[in-house]
Amino acid sequence: MKQFRGFVIKEFYHIFRDKRSLFILFGMPVAQILLFGFAITNEINNVDIAVLDHSKDATTEEIINSISASEYFSIDQFIEREADIETVFKQGKVKAVLNIEKDFSQKLIKEGKAYVQIITDATDPNTANTIFNYVTAILQKYQSTQNKSTEFPYQIVAQTRMVYNPELKGVFMFVPGVMTIILMLVSAMMTSISITREKELGTMEILLVSPLKPFQVIVGKVVPYIFLSVINAIVIVVLSIFIFKMPVEGSLFLLGLESILFIVTALALGILISSIAQTQQTAMMISLMGLMLPVILLSGFIFPISSMPVILQIISNIVPAKWFIIIIKGIMLKGVGLWFIWKETLILLGMTVFFIGLSVKKYKIRLE
Amino acid sequence: MKTIGFIIQKEFKQIFRNKGMLPIIFVMPMVQLLILANAATFEIKNIKFAYLDNDRTPTSRALLEKFNASTYFNVLTDYASGKKANSAMLNGDVDVVLEIPPYFERDLIKEKQNILGLTINAIDGATAGVESVYVSQIIQSFNKNLRTELMQVSDNSVKPVQITTIPSFWYNETLNYKTFMVPGILVLLVTMITLFLSGMNIVREKEIGTLEQINVTPILKREFIIGKLFPFWIIGMGLLTIGLIIAKLIFDIPIVGSLALMYAYTSVYIFVVLGIGLFISNFTDTQQQAMFIAWFFMVIFILMSGLFTPIESMPKWAQAITEFNPIKYFVEVMRMVMLKGSSFTDILPQFAKTLVYAFIMNGLAVWSYKKQE
Repeated sequence: MKQFRGFVIKEFYHIFRDKRSLFILFGMPVAQILLFGFAITNEINNVDIAVLDHSKDATTEEIINSISASEYFSIDQFIEREADIETVFKQGKVKAVLNIEKDFSQKLIKEGKAYVQIITDATDPNTANTIFNYVTAILQKYQSTQNKSTEFPYQIVAQTRMVYNPELKGVFMFVPGVMTIILMLVSAMMTSISITREKELGTMEILLVSPLKPFQVIVGKVVPYIFLSVINAIVIVVLSIFIFKMPVEGSLFLLGLESILFIVTALALGILISSIAQTQQTAMMISLMGLMLPVILLSGFIFPISSMPVILQIISNIVPAKWFIIIIKGIMLKGVGLWFIWKETLILLGMTVFFIGLSVKKYKIRLE
Repeated sequence: MKTIGFIIQKEFKQIFRNKGMLPIIFVMPMVQLLILANAATFEIKNIKFAYLDNDRTPTSRALLEKFNASTYFNVLTDYASGKKANSAMLNGDVDVVLEIPPYFERDLIKEKQNILGLTINAIDGATAGVESVYVSQIIQSFNKNLRTELMQVSDNSVKPVQITTIPSFWYNETLNYKTFMVPGILVLLVTMITLFLSGMNIVREKEIGTLEQINVTPILKREFIIGKLFPFWIIGMGLLTIGLIIAKLIFDIPIVGSLALMYAYTSVYIFVVLGIGLFISNFTDTQQQAMFIAWFFMVIFILMSGLFTPIESMPKWAQAITEFNPIKYFVEVMRMVMLKGSSFTDILPQFAKTLVYAFIMNGLAVWSYKKQE
């Protein structure tokens, strides 16, 4: 036990000696969570649009005003000819063009009906669809103010209650995601590098001939990183509570335990990577290239998993980040206890055991 | 010139000697392209929907039938009590719960209006907004049917006005999100590989100690840097080519614009990334430090590229930061040239900025590389 403690202390020395890495390790997550918390949102606002108004009468002016008054759109320019639509799209200046037909208000009065064409640059289909829906909603609102006098009978209205996030803040979605990415990548990367580094520099041989058991060597390598990652997790949670006003409806203690569990899962994955990789370069490429995009895309951080093709929904189950995001959202926003997330917890636990078991099997006591 | 040739030869040998790296450089990105391009959709469907029918009359059933018929909703179950629905929502089993009040039909006929209770899990605010729009669309069309059924035709003296919106989705009529995502993810993969490889390269020689050996040779600074950059540039262009072939053959993505223009832009773009990588490499002592920094910038570049979330929605200061994001330009150019067929003059602003960026980064990389400690 004394030897083991000595080994852990050596690891801490290694880490604390490298002031630059330490600075990066703690500075970067803070910078990222602040940057992303404020900057990223999957809502749309201030989208630049162009207007092609063939009528130029009082009604169309009102419509255009109501669109430019909304926070979603800002009118970038007015164009005169159909041919210009192509030009503005190719220059990439606007995302949509509002094409208002000729004699708009006359038609509206006479026939009770008029058309607006919404041409969107659908190279980004997600945004294009949202723009169409928003413009339609604004026009419908305008229409209903015009129709006030002819109120319809038989009206069913839905009274909507947005639970867990009544103000629909995008931050509530992104903070758990960013926290997961940071913990996952930092933890997996740190351990995989620190073990392969010893291999590459040749000091692993020295460790292997020492009286420490291989198992103790691995655990000793991981312990300091658990400590560092926990500090990172605490910093992130504190930032999200005080700066982004994220609520913690559930138990802070449970959140802590679950975070430690996830950190251990990520570290175990790091150990597994290091048992496969021979050089730091390979280890890093696996942990960076192999983990970064899957963690961002398949975890439900930005894109809802339920909308993906079935095969991807199945694949997403092996991404640990997916389960952790469910857990964090559950505890912080929904305020659930362990009773509601025991399944996710058990999955993470199972993954950890699996990673550790596999790396113990792969771990070579002798070097080639 | 001959010296550069030898350095390039050495670098290629080193890359191809490491058999573990080859699949990581060439296979992993392509597997990711194939899989992940399918993941990135904001299209919301299969909404987990449940209801509480406290009325159980033909009208309430007709309303629920509308939800059943919709492709957006995955109608799961009928909860007996609000408490049960609440707990299912906590569990994550449902996201939308519609509650039909008791005496719904009777009150509707008597008072000519009624209110339904709708509860939406709003943790993902944008999704919740769309879900609420879908629900109200269904209810509105149900309202319309009701009117034609229950209303006398006579009181139609004042005609209501109606403004109809017609969508026209250019360049991608079917709103296929893969058309957008495949080029975007390809951009990310090319950038990641070239940045990580170049970022690790010089610092690796530093760490192992072989850099000193090179430093005592008569190799010039710029020869060394060019020799280091070139192999990665080739790898980046190779990846782009494989990726484009996959995009065309497997995803059937239209390539409207000029391929030559795309390659011309990419060849400049990769120099920006490589310059950043070498710059990082020169400023760090260990591969670990280099990778942390490269990772830090990569996450920022990816999330602020406008690929997953729109840049216009960001606050002004964040939009200013994205001006320094090379991935943003690459995504824009790929989208413009590939899908819209934009010409050189259309992408001139992006091209010029990227070119300036490349000069600055590589200038910094050469400048910061010191032969002596």
